[in-house]
Parts: sequence; structure tokens; C-alpha cells
Amino acid sequence: MTEPMYLAAFIAVTALATFLTRVTPFVFLSRHSEHPLLQHLGQFLPAAVMTLLVIIFLHRSAHWSAPTFGLDAIGPALVVVVLHLWKRHALLSIAAGTVCYMLVQQF
Amino acid sequence: MIPNIFRLTLPILFGYVPLGTAFGVLFATQLDYAWWLAPLMGVVIYAGAGQILAVSLLAAHAGLLEVFVAMLVLNARHVFYGLSLLRQFRGAGLKKLYLIFGLTDETYSLLTTRPRGGSPQEEHRTDVAITFANQIYWVLGCAIGALLGRSVEFDSTGIEFALVALFIVLAIEQFKALGSQKPLWMGAAAAGLALALLPPAQQLIGAIVMVTAALLLQYNLQRNTTLTREANHD
Repeated sequence: MTEPMYLAAFIAVTALATFLTRVTPFVFLSRHSEHPLLQHLGQFLPAAVMTLLVIIFLHRSAHWSAPTFGLDAIGPALVVVVLHLWKRHALLSIAAGTVCYMLVQQF
Repeated sequence: MIPNIFRLTLPILFGYVPLGTAFGVLFATQLDYAWWLAPLMGVVIYAGAGQILAVSLLAAHAGLLEVFVAMLVLNARHVFYGLSLLRQFRGAGLKKLYLIFGLTDETYSLLTTRPRGGSPQEEHRTDVAITFANQIYWVLGCAIGALLGRSVEFDSTGIEFALVALFIVLAIEQFKALGSQKPLWMGAAAAGLALALLPPAQQLIGAIVMVTAALLLQYNLQRNTTLTREANHD
């Protein structure tokens, strides 16, 4: 296979595999969308997934060894939580937390 | 509508441009291809983790079957995302194809948490606009990264935390909408288990499988108690 052909096939295969994972539930489950089990998942899964995304990405954003012990990411995350519970202004919470994290990481 | 979409997707802009740039820089420094192939991948593949993995697979000149399997496994979590959007996307016609194509982690978070009050047609249009805006940010990042290569001057170290902050805000919003902490604790427990037991590449999918299993179990228990209660009532 020539290099441009390999590259074209590579991108096509990658795009296809990605789309397949996204389209699967719509192909196999869309006729059952009123089923109480799927409604249960649809209602509670987003909250659970959001929380696990927070924990996993927070874990990856932090340095867990001395001298920070993870506080370099947990601190800015707490800023987001407190600010959002207090003001409930999404952009403000996100911007403040991100600036805190950037300052901590760069200095 | 456009200012609203922009405000709603602004955190994704801050997350996607640096992340896309990271992919572009990686692409330009690891591979010897034309720069425009990086944004092209953002247009036709549109998957952050998938594209970053694709760079190392391309560098290793991996077989196409291996590429296919690796991408399926890495993106398997997307299978679960559609479950929450089956009803929302119903009747969207051709738009539905694009909505499904563009269902990244971040788009999923926005589409499942944003308030919905309008007619289905209006809501579908808004969903498409959000998905499209996010993809523009992503493709833009891929292009910037591939063009700049290594010569990034602005020290943007840490700006990708915007995504973590967005997930935190969305988790809080979900909690307020549901009025229940239970799914949050289940998600946290699943993440903790996955971090403790699994290698990094499988943590996300592992945690999603665990939390889905836990929700299925919870559904069964609730149904059984309701059935028992009804039986006792008779």
C-alpha cells in the first residue's frame, strides 16, 4: 500500500470506529426509548458520569507526590465548587478555577 | 441565539483549543505529513483521545485492524452516552446523524445538562448549533497546533483545567436538577475503584461500565421493592 493510501485508509478506519461507538445505542435501542430501565439510566447516568469524569481528570491534573500532595489541583477544584454553590455563575466558576490552576502550575 | 450558544460553549472553547493544539503539535512533531491533515482529522474523526492515540499508531505504522480495534475500545464509553439522548434526538431527521457523529464527552455533558423548554425542532437546532460550535473549536485547535509545531510562545500550561472545571460545574447542576446525591456518590465510587484497580488507558471505560452496572442493579432493587410492596398491599 502506498503511503497516501495507507493514510487515507487509516483516517477512514479511525473515523468509522469512532462513529460506530457513537451510533450503537441509537441503532439498537431507539425503539425501546420509553422503557423504564432506559429512562432510569437516561435520568441518572449523566450525573454519575459527570462525577466520575471530575474524579478521573482531577486525578490526572494533580501532582500527588511531595510537596503538593494533589493540592495543586484539588485547591482550584474547591474554588470552582465553592464559587459555583455561592454565585451559580458557570463561566465565573470555570474561569476562576482555571486561572488558579494555571497560576499554581506555572509558578 | 448565536450569543447564547457562544456563552454556553465558551468553556468548551477554552478546553478544546488548547487540547486540539496539543494534538496538532504532537501530530506536527511526531509525523512527517502535511499540516492540514491534522485539522482534517478533526473534521472527519472528531475525537480527542482517539486522535492523540492515532498519532502514535500512525508513527508505528500500525495495521488497520489493530487501529480499528484500538479505536473501538478507546471510544467504547460513547456507547453509554447515547442512552441518555435517545428521546431528545428522536425526530431530528438528518440532523440526528450529525448529532450522533459529534457526541464527544464535552458535547454530551452540555446536551444532557442544558435546560430544555422549546419545541423539539427548536431544541434540535440548538443541539446542532452547540455540537457544531464545539467541533469548530476543536478543528481550530488542531490547525493552530499543527501550524505552530513546537514554537508555542504563550505559556498556556494548565489552561486545559477548564474542562475539569466544566465537569465540576455540570456535576453540581445535575445534582441541583435531580435533588439527589446518590448518582454522584456512585460515580465517585466507580472512579475511585477504576483509579485503584485499572491502568490509565482503561480507567474511563472501566468506571463507566461499573457505574452503569450499579445503576442497573439499583433499578432492579427498586422494582423488586415496589413489586413486593404492591403484593403486600393486595
